[in-house]
Amino acid sequence: MTARSEAVVIGASAGALEALSAILPSLPAGFRLPVMVVVHVPADKRSVLAELFQNKCQIEVREADDKEPVVGGTVYFAPPDYHLLVEMDRTLSLSSDEPVLFSRPSIDVLFESAADAYGAALIAIVLTGANQDGAQGLCAVAALGGIALVQDPDEAFASAMPEAAINLCPDARIMSLHAIAAYLREV
Amino acid sequence: MTEDLANERTEDIEIRLLLDALYYRYHYDFRDYAMASIKRRLRQGRQQLGFASFSAMQDALMRDPDMLPRLLGYLTVQVSEMFRDPSYFRALREKVVPHLRTYPSLKVWIAGCSAGEELYSMVILFREEGLEERTLFYATDINQDALRAAETGIFNLDRIPLFTENHRKSGGRNSLSDYYHAAYGRASFDKSLRRKVVFSDHSLVTDAVFGEMHLISCRNVLIYFNRSAQDRALGLFKDSLVRKGFLGLGAKESLRFSGHADSFVDFVREEKIYQRSAQ
Ligand SMILES: C[S@@+](CC[C@H](N)C(=O)[O-])C[C@H]1O[C@@H](n2cnc3c(N)ncnc32)[C@H](O)[C@@H]1O
Repeated sequence: MTARSEAVVIGASAGALEALSAILPSLPAGFRLPVMVVVHVPADKRSVLAELFQNKCQIEVREADDKEPVVGGTVYFAPPDYHLLVEMDRTLSLSSDEPVLFSRPSIDVLFESAADAYGAALIAIVLTGANQDGAQGLCAVAALGGIALVQDPDEAFASAMPEAAINLCPDARIMSLHAIAAYLREV
Repeated sequence: MTEDLANERTEDIEIRLLLDALYYRYHYDFRDYAMASIKRRLRQGRQQLGFASFSAMQDALMRDPDMLPRLLGYLTVQVSEMFRDPSYFRALREKVVPHLRTYPSLKVWIAGCSAGEELYSMVILFREEGLEERTLFYATDINQDALRAAETGIFNLDRIPLFTENHRKSGGRNSLSDYYHAAYGRASFDKSLRRKVVFSDHSLVTDAVFGEMHLISCRNVLIYFNRSAQDRALGLFKDSLVRKGFLGLGAKESLRFSGHADSFVDFVREEKIYQRSAQ
């Protein structure tokens, strides 16, 4: 590993709940890194993700607020119908720009902005999903020296999204959820 | 890898210079916007307009004023809906309007009105509540194309079902179809809705107070600013409001981090509607 990792970004779509349940609750109370998460959810739904995981996790979980500073040991979910971005000064921004690949929030938008902000010190993870979102973003992360992980399509609830990520970004490491969780606990 | 990193740094510098050029040449100030989103949209613009670099784009911008509106099209985000977040408009109708009724005349400012979706929503609401006649509406934006579109009040017909549904959920008293005429795939909103509206080019970043308002609705504009620009705009709103006047922000915007928070009290907290405090 070249740079000490400073942040984690995760993108998930169909099957997200189960996949995230295998990762987030296993992060220990003293987990050092901030974790920014985009899950594709219907625009008009009040997000219950943060509440749901707050009860299951040992670290703080909440829905991201516009312009809030990124703090280690916290999971930030993108709110429904807003893109989540990381600024160079490591604060979070929300935006209602057009959907990207029919998605708002978009995984690509989060990953690309986080790549700009963290460079090689970023770990990006594409999980289960039935679309192509995240592939482009994962490449942007890898191009700047960040670590690109993809859930093994064979075990994913929906394999299209991890497959797209692997195809576009051959440098990505393919891992089981179990291995991803173990990897994060070690960083 | 290192090459990508170096290119990235160069790009950041070029973007900064491009925004400086835009400011010094045309007085449009995007230097205090939230950069991650600006950068994303500028990259898209550079590609679509066919420039090899941001420096080349800057060069064209300096020499060719026609570049300005095209660039502004990328720098400003025109995503909007009529009665966007219907619960906000319902709260205005049910909680703010009763206070506004006590004034003999009213001024309402829609700041960052885009192509008019929010403006027409507000005028319709005021008409339905019997307040339109005593009200003057100011609709402002920095995007000329958007302002022109707002002045014509024409929207694609395929957007109307959503607008109709939103209007209904906001507590609309009539059918939205009472307010427009549909033809050739477009809905033209009645020009009587514009009788009491003043449209004008005004920037929350560089321009000043222009009147005493009873209600300011500025939604999904501040989210594109950094904290210092947000604070300037909120100061402008504070100075523009009459005592006990109302300020409505977007669903994800708040006064929480602002230096002006003390000048406002929560009025409808869940809807980000604030009231200027009395002192
Ligand atoms: C996303 S739209 C919001 C439209 C509408 N208020 C709504 O909530 O649906 C943002 C608008 O803010 C305008 N805007 C951006 N910078 C501005 C500034 N400095 N002053 C005034 N308006 C600005 C843009 O041109 C755009 O029309």
